[in-house]
Amino acid sequence: MTPKLQLLFEQLPDLLGGHLTLAVPAIFIGVLISVPLGILCVKSAAIRGPVMSLVSLVQTIPSIALLAIMVALLGGTIGYWPAFIALLVYSILPIIRNTIVGLESVDPAMREAAKAVGMRPLQQLLWVELPLALPVILAGIRTATVWVVGIATLSTPVGAPSLGNYIFSGLQLRDWQRVIFGCIATMTLSLVLDQLIAVIEKSIQSRRRVSLVLATCALAGLVGIGLAPGLVTPDSAGFANLLGQREGVKEANDLAESTMTLDGQVIRIGAKGFTEQFILAEVLRERIQKAGGTPEVLTNMGSTIVFDALAKDTIDIYIDYTGTLWSTVLKEADPINRISMRAAVAGRLLDEFGIALVGSLGFENTYALVTKRETVARYGLSQIGDITPVARDLRIGGDPEFFGRPEWQRVRQLYSLGDITEVGMDSTFMYQAVADGQVDVAAGFSTDGRIDAFDLAVLNDPKQAFPPYDAVILLSPEASKNKNLVHAIEPLVNRISVTAMRTANRLVDEGGETPKEVARQLFAD
Amino acid sequence: MDVPAIELVALTKCFRNAKKPAVDSVNLTVSQGEVLAIVGGSGSGKTTTLKMINRLIEPTSGSVRVMGEDVTNRDPVILRRSIGYAFQGVGLFPHMTVGQNVGVTLRLLSQASECVSKRVDELLTMVELPADEYRNRLPAELSGGQQQRVGFARALASKPRAILMDEPFGALDPITRDGLQQEFRSLQKKLQLSVVLVTHDMSEAVLLSDRVAVMHEGEVAQVGSPHELLTNPVNDYVAQLIDTPRRHSDFIESLMRTAPGEGTQ
Repeated sequence: MTPKLQLLFEQLPDLLGGHLTLAVPAIFIGVLISVPLGILCVKSAAIRGPVMSLVSLVQTIPSIALLAIMVALLGGTIGYWPAFIALLVYSILPIIRNTIVGLESVDPAMREAAKAVGMRPLQQLLWVELPLALPVILAGIRTATVWVVGIATLSTPVGAPSLGNYIFSGLQLRDWQRVIFGCIATMTLSLVLDQLIAVIEKSIQSRRRVSLVLATCALAGLVGIGLAPGLVTPDSAGFANLLGQREGVKEANDLAESTMTLDGQVIRIGAKGFTEQFILAEVLRERIQKAGGTPEVLTNMGSTIVFDALAKDTIDIYIDYTGTLWSTVLKEADPINRISMRAAVAGRLLDEFGIALVGSLGFENTYALVTKRETVARYGLSQIGDITPVARDLRIGGDPEFFGRPEWQRVRQLYSLGDITEVGMDSTFMYQAVADGQVDVAAGFSTDGRIDAFDLAVLNDPKQAFPPYDAVILLSPEASKNKNLVHAIEPLVNRISVTAMRTANRLVDEGGETPKEVARQLFAD
Repeated sequence: MDVPAIELVALTKCFRNAKKPAVDSVNLTVSQGEVLAIVGGSGSGKTTTLKMINRLIEPTSGSVRVMGEDVTNRDPVILRRSIGYAFQGVGLFPHMTVGQNVGVTLRLLSQASECVSKRVDELLTMVELPADEYRNRLPAELSGGQQQRVGFARALASKPRAILMDEPFGALDPITRDGLQQEFRSLQKKLQLSVVLVTHDMSEAVLLSDRVAVMHEGEVAQVGSPHELLTNPVNDYVAQLIDTPRRHSDFIESLMRTAPGEGTQ
């Protein structure tokens, strides 16, 4: 087994545990809610209409959006609960629908027979109608199981560890082995649960007590594993933390030498789901550890989710970018220059959210139009404005989100790029696409290591059409009162240059090094 | 004189949106230990009448008395447990074993499980299905005649004084039907059961019942012994209906008198 595969297997118990903790109770409680609700729908047309419309409507909400909405509905709480509730909501429709269909397909003669032998309505339901509807209801539960286990992978961005951690981090690190590993693990879990329910169904029908008992025990065991919170520590399931565990002993020694100003306090570090954020989370972890704190890292969080979590004191610290905060949090349309924006963002975050902006890390991760050196030579490009005359012949690749953003509208307008052809693609692929000539220009990020790795040129932006994206350290309202914490992280201010960050990103993306190792190298001096 | 087992007084049922009552002022009496057959075509109201006896259908007006007591004074569920019911198309629960089907009413009456299984074995023996062999089978594993026997056993489980039967022999082949009918009659006599038997088959009614009620378009056209109906039908409908068994037997008799080969020339 390769060391890389071994690492993946080492993470499996925790991530599988996290996945089970989410999926199995969600299905279990989903059954407890949906079957009675389905019964009520059959018995009362007045309930049925509204319930079915609502449930069907909720089901049409894209799952990743539903998860994010749950975070907002829970007032910015991240982690287990929003993911659990979203999965619960998803499990309801198939079960409720099959309960209704199953009960309605019971032969009316059977219902009359039940009545005629002297059953009361509840006895008719429990002794005759439900047993006869059981195969259809179980089919609904199996559908729900497959859905929920699959959708549970999407709980990673809301801060609940799951097998999705493999997939999300694998996509960001372009580690296909990791992605495929996550997919296979999810599929296997899904099949195992589905087959367990199938065995239960068959043994009920054929009255095989032994296999019924065995399958029920196996399922109950899984529910037990899922429900026992002690077995799964959310921190150890975090992607970045696992990379760090191997060095735990050495760090313990370092710790003894440093001044223990944080005195073992738990500091929760948030990070969004891309390489640079993984590295910066490790940088923060290291600083906090050095200062005697106990860092916990939650990676792969959605962009707005991580901010909301900070505002609600669910996490203590993370790195964001001024341009993002300016437009998505402060809802400002037109950018201003880098220094003024940093000051304005700092002031308004403090006023409106109580969030403290400790300072800039020293680099910007802004949008950058990048292109091949051959293309630069052929068209004589040095800045974005040089594209204008040949825009009609060029294709620009970028994240679909980018083409919808106001920044791109500004660039198009200021440099008259209306004729350029937009090609939407995942940001993972766009540098490769530019290097291969599949697109001529890509809307990349200025600190992305792949700019160097593919030897691409960055086009200047003399009109400052792209807003500044200064990387800044943010502290939650509660954490900003912690003088020791502020003191511990202040040394990071203005310590990372854009080239250093780009190199660090490249070492992870292309060099196969872990964010942890690279974070140490950033401060090797 | 004993109180009648079942007494229907001016019993009427109008279904919503129907122009004519399904059952119109029906008066019928079943003495204890008597079999009354209700005969009529589809839509004559015979099944509706039957279902009003154990309150599967509530009458619009009129009353039903079982052993002298008005059924509206009784909990319909308790009432149904005390009256046996044998269904059209048998009506066994497919997910329950033969034993569970037979014992269902007893379990509903919350009898102890040893008592239930003892009584179930007794009932299966009574309908000539060896208990050890059949108790744990599912209805689907049984022939039509065997299923009907289980249906009878279930109807008799709570030792009811009265039994309602809705086309109980309808789906059986003639030989099985004949055998079962004989057994039913001897069982009925032995247990002194009061029975209301709904059928569209006049031959069955004549063979199995003490008295026959002919229903037509919701009303009782005539009630009487088979002999009375044959000798003194009140109208053409009754005459025609009661005449069918005789015509059948006459025809069969003529076939038998005809020498072999003669009929083909």
